[in-house]
Amino acid sequence: MLEFVPRNNAIPDTSECIVLELIVISTINGVLFGMLLFLLSSGLTVIFSMMGVLNFAHASFYMLGAFFGFQLTRWIGFWPALVLAPLLVGAIGMAVERYGLRSIHKHGHVAELLLTFGLAFAIEEIVSMIWGKSPMDYRVPALLDFPAFTVFSTNYPAYKIFMLAVSGAIFVALLITLKRTRVGLIVQAALTHPNMVAHLGHNVGRVFMLVFGVGAALAGVAGVIAGPALVTQSDMATLLGPILFVVIVFGGLGSLSGAFIASLFIGLVQTFAVALNGSLAGAFGPLDPSFGPSIITDIWNVTISQIAPILPYVLLVLILIVRPMGLMGSRET
Amino acid sequence: MIDAATSVPKVVVTARAQRLRFYGVWVIAAVALIVLPFIFSSGGSLTSFSLIGISIIFALSYNILLGQTGLLSFGHAVHYGFGGFLAIHVMNAVTAHEWSIPLPFIPLFGGIGGLLLALVIGWVMTKRAGTVFAMISLGIGELVASSSLILRSVFGGESGITTDRTALPHMLGWSFGPQIQIYYLIAFWLMISAIAMYALTRTPLGRICNAVRDNPERVEFIGYDPHVVRYIAYGFAGFFAGIAGGLSAINFEIANSAYLGAAQSGIVLFATFIGGTAYFFGPILGAILVTYLQLGLTDVTTVWQLYFGIIFIGIVMFAPGGIAGLLMMHRPLVRSGTLGMVIPSYLVALVPTLALACGVILAIESVARYAQGEGSGSNIDLLGVPFNAASPLTWFAAAILIIGGFFVARISWRRIAQAWDRAATVARDRGYLA
Amino acid sequence: MRKTLTMTVLALSVLGMTAMSAAAEDTLKIGYIDPLSGGGASVGEGGLKTFQYLADELNAKGGILGHKVEIVPLDNKTNPQESLIQAQKAIDSGVRYITQGNGSSVGAALEDFVTKHNTRNPGKELLYFNYAAVDPSMTNEKCSFWHFRWDANSDVKMEALTSYMKGVPSIKKVYLINQDYSFGQSVRTEARKMLAAKRPDVQIVGDELHPLLKITDFSPYIAKIKASGADSVVTGNWGQDIALLLKAAADAGLKVNWYTYYAGGAGGPTAIKQTNLNHQVFQITEGIPNSGYQPAVDFEKAFRAKANMSLWYPRAVNEMRMFKLAAEKAKSIDPVKVAAALEGMEFDVLDGGKGFMRKDDHQFFQPIYISSFGNLTDKETFDEENTGWGWHLVSKIDTPQTMVPTTCKMKRP
Repeated sequence: MLEFVPRNNAIPDTSECIVLELIVISTINGVLFGMLLFLLSSGLTVIFSMMGVLNFAHASFYMLGAFFGFQLTRWIGFWPALVLAPLLVGAIGMAVERYGLRSIHKHGHVAELLLTFGLAFAIEEIVSMIWGKSPMDYRVPALLDFPAFTVFSTNYPAYKIFMLAVSGAIFVALLITLKRTRVGLIVQAALTHPNMVAHLGHNVGRVFMLVFGVGAALAGVAGVIAGPALVTQSDMATLLGPILFVVIVFGGLGSLSGAFIASLFIGLVQTFAVALNGSLAGAFGPLDPSFGPSIITDIWNVTISQIAPILPYVLLVLILIVRPMGLMGSRET
Repeated sequence: MIDAATSVPKVVVTARAQRLRFYGVWVIAAVALIVLPFIFSSGGSLTSFSLIGISIIFALSYNILLGQTGLLSFGHAVHYGFGGFLAIHVMNAVTAHEWSIPLPFIPLFGGIGGLLLALVIGWVMTKRAGTVFAMISLGIGELVASSSLILRSVFGGESGITTDRTALPHMLGWSFGPQIQIYYLIAFWLMISAIAMYALTRTPLGRICNAVRDNPERVEFIGYDPHVVRYIAYGFAGFFAGIAGGLSAINFEIANSAYLGAAQSGIVLFATFIGGTAYFFGPILGAILVTYLQLGLTDVTTVWQLYFGIIFIGIVMFAPGGIAGLLMMHRPLVRSGTLGMVIPSYLVALVPTLALACGVILAIESVARYAQGEGSGSNIDLLGVPFNAASPLTWFAAAILIIGGFFVARISWRRIAQAWDRAATVARDRGYLA
Repeated sequence: MRKTLTMTVLALSVLGMTAMSAAAEDTLKIGYIDPLSGGGASVGEGGLKTFQYLADELNAKGGILGHKVEIVPLDNKTNPQESLIQAQKAIDSGVRYITQGNGSSVGAALEDFVTKHNTRNPGKELLYFNYAAVDPSMTNEKCSFWHFRWDANSDVKMEALTSYMKGVPSIKKVYLINQDYSFGQSVRTEARKMLAAKRPDVQIVGDELHPLLKITDFSPYIAKIKASGADSVVTGNWGQDIALLLKAAADAGLKVNWYTYYAGGAGGPTAIKQTNLNHQVFQITEGIPNSGYQPAVDFEKAFRAKANMSLWYPRAVNEMRMFKLAAEKAKSIDPVKVAAALEGMEFDVLDGGKGFMRKDDHQFFQPIYISSFGNLTDKETFDEENTGWGWHLVSKIDTPQTMVPTTCKMKRP
């Protein structure tokens, strides 16, 4: 059996400067990760607030965006791909809505969810069929491949700043569209009075198709941009999928600002948790060895950084107990 | 459980004959289970039957949530897993402390494991229903599955925990080493669980669950709290899922975190939904089909996941009642004797539809093998005819089959619809609702 | 329309039925149980191609004792339960040798299953040839007579690595980062133990365990490594965990040496080239393409031409060739006799040098190579994954310096 080795990190006593460095870096990293999550969840929120459909295949659209972006970059370069790939994904989204979701709308939301669930499976398999299962060599465009600035001796790649800028721009654009334009007014009305909107004579079918397409295109943009930064591989969707749902439940179903806050919050929490090495053992000293290997020893010795990836789910449970409609949710489904 | 409502039939069926038919079905099922190993006695068949048996119990337990109470859960496997782990720990404890609990009682502990977990997490989960419940189940399922990797002492980390089922006290002289004894153990628990779950659907609790599924607001008016009802249903579902997990632990003599994972939850969702959630025997059919596909499909193709996805999408779009729903649709026709009017159109539609299916399979397999780079060396063995994945002939054939098959099939489907119209009208005239 | 669904479903079931195939009686079947679909498929398919190539090579020379060797692919989807189902299927169709490598959790489950099966079914024994599952417990407390391991287990590799590090005085501060599961934990435990014994002056400035295959952004970990002032990082990470780790390091401009087990796995070379870490990433393997040993170079050339991939598993070559030798020595293909002939056998490994299968625990010991990934000299002809970069030999540790003791108490039949 393995000897009983304490798991806390053996970092020597850090000086104030290093602690400050860690905090600053973690904040920046957390914001970057959070913005990526927001980019993904914005599309999902728009679709859900408009149509009540929870698109299980949203992460798959993200993956399609990354792979299309990769392939198009190879053929025509990154910048044209940045425009073209989301359009392609959006078109696929519209087709899914027109030929798939529309005909099962009458069977209820559960049936729609199941359709997108099956779709997620199929898309993942088609992608691995065509591109294989190994990671793709998706590069950062040469224009952005330099360190933007240096923080405490750590370089920050310009590409990540670009990602931040795009996510911010999209958030602003979405907010303006929703609050100032006519289409936005309809979407907002659909948030609280979906039936009335239909009664008022809007071509509900066409609007749905457009909204679904836009949502998918947003996921596609996230994919094109995140592809070079993360690994572009056929299991991208399954890795990011569950966190996406946590984000929108946490932020409140149907609320864009809620999704924004939730993404940032979860991004920061996860990044900070990784940076911390605290554990109960670190705080209170090792447990009496007579406890031996048992649940108590496991919980005592686990460090916060080890549980960092499951913290979003813990947050999900907490928000459900404390405030079931999410932070800024306005609709109780 | 919904029964397709029938009007008073011409022939009066006596209560006695009805009861005979009802119990007859269960007796036949029991006899079939006992006799099956004698007809198919190869090792592979026994393994398959054992797996199918476990899968049936699991799918039936899932249907308590999905079909009966309207709760779509993406994390049902956590109860299955908990049941499996508790069973494994009990088995190891029995061996270590030499208690006198023989192996057949172990699945009960599995059930208790599943029930305990359901009681703990069920209260929070069943606060909401519908799509929100689905998302919550996904999140909590992931939470439990990931936690199992952290709590190493209980869950054994990635390698899991093993046990030796022959080390427990023997019962009736059986050591439960050979697969056939395990099969009978599984068959026994299958009968008990199925009878119990069916009985559950017939109780007032089962009916109130249906009511909560259909109209929770109204249920509140008549004085029941939907939250409590869902919670109880969740507990039962967890219990039976735990039994399935315990049997699985006995069968494989290992339990690891994959038992709890999202993949396992996905498979049971497939099985139950494809089989049909509106009828009791739906999940049984679905479990048999999906287990069979899982065992056999991976041998012939590497893209089995795609076929699963396509089948699932197809069922959701065209046959949301599942296979059971499709079969039961024919019941009024059978009763009124008009089934013969639709059979010829089915047979006519069979050929172009099969052609379409073959075309699609050919296309998918060619892309799969071509993309993998083994195009020149591999053949697709479709119904005994070898097709070379890289030759243009194959693609041409696939295109013809798909396009031609689709157009011809469409015409034949229209004819089926017309034949159905006629048969249904006749059935209605004779007093059977169709 | 609705009826077509039943039809399609039935059609697909028919398709499933065509999986029945009766093979010729005189073939020697080896079941290859590894992922051929899903996440691990890229690695599993590579292994399958390797074994098929080796089987063809054996068959060209008359097979094993006149029997044609056939590799039976069995997809386990990297799932222990599925592996047991596939093993049972293999047994039911007459297979008596199985080989597997991807995932120690699967390996441990298979080892347990094979031992139980052989005990309960005398006369129908099965042998398990392990080519890549490196959990040390499989040849220590969980050892089995029916299991043979050709890959140096993680303790052996750490022994070789620390022997190398003993002779590199520039290594002063080491950071350990590993995946939080049995393999990652054994890497860190052994690294600490062995470094303390061989280089007590080396300071371990960090020791990190992160969840397996769940982290998408390693920059916080890179920040910690930077803050610690380490000059070397030792990691057992594989798959996307090594790719993302190296990417994050390159992004942040971190300049350290990386001592890894699996940086050369599928997708690894591409990631290293992408991050431009020239000769900073080291790997511990039992053979490299640019070793300079002529028979190995010839083999690599022929293999790459036919299989269209570089040879990931020199140990698979050793496994198959030793299998043939053992069968010839035992004059039989009965598993019990072959096992008796295999243990203790000495063999000239593919990349040159002597290896042997230790009788006490059925662990194969062989020379271990430390190599670094970067641009190649003129004499080095093999690059990886079309990146133009390849593995350059840094050090060769001979077999005696790789030996570790074992706690195995093997039960012999």
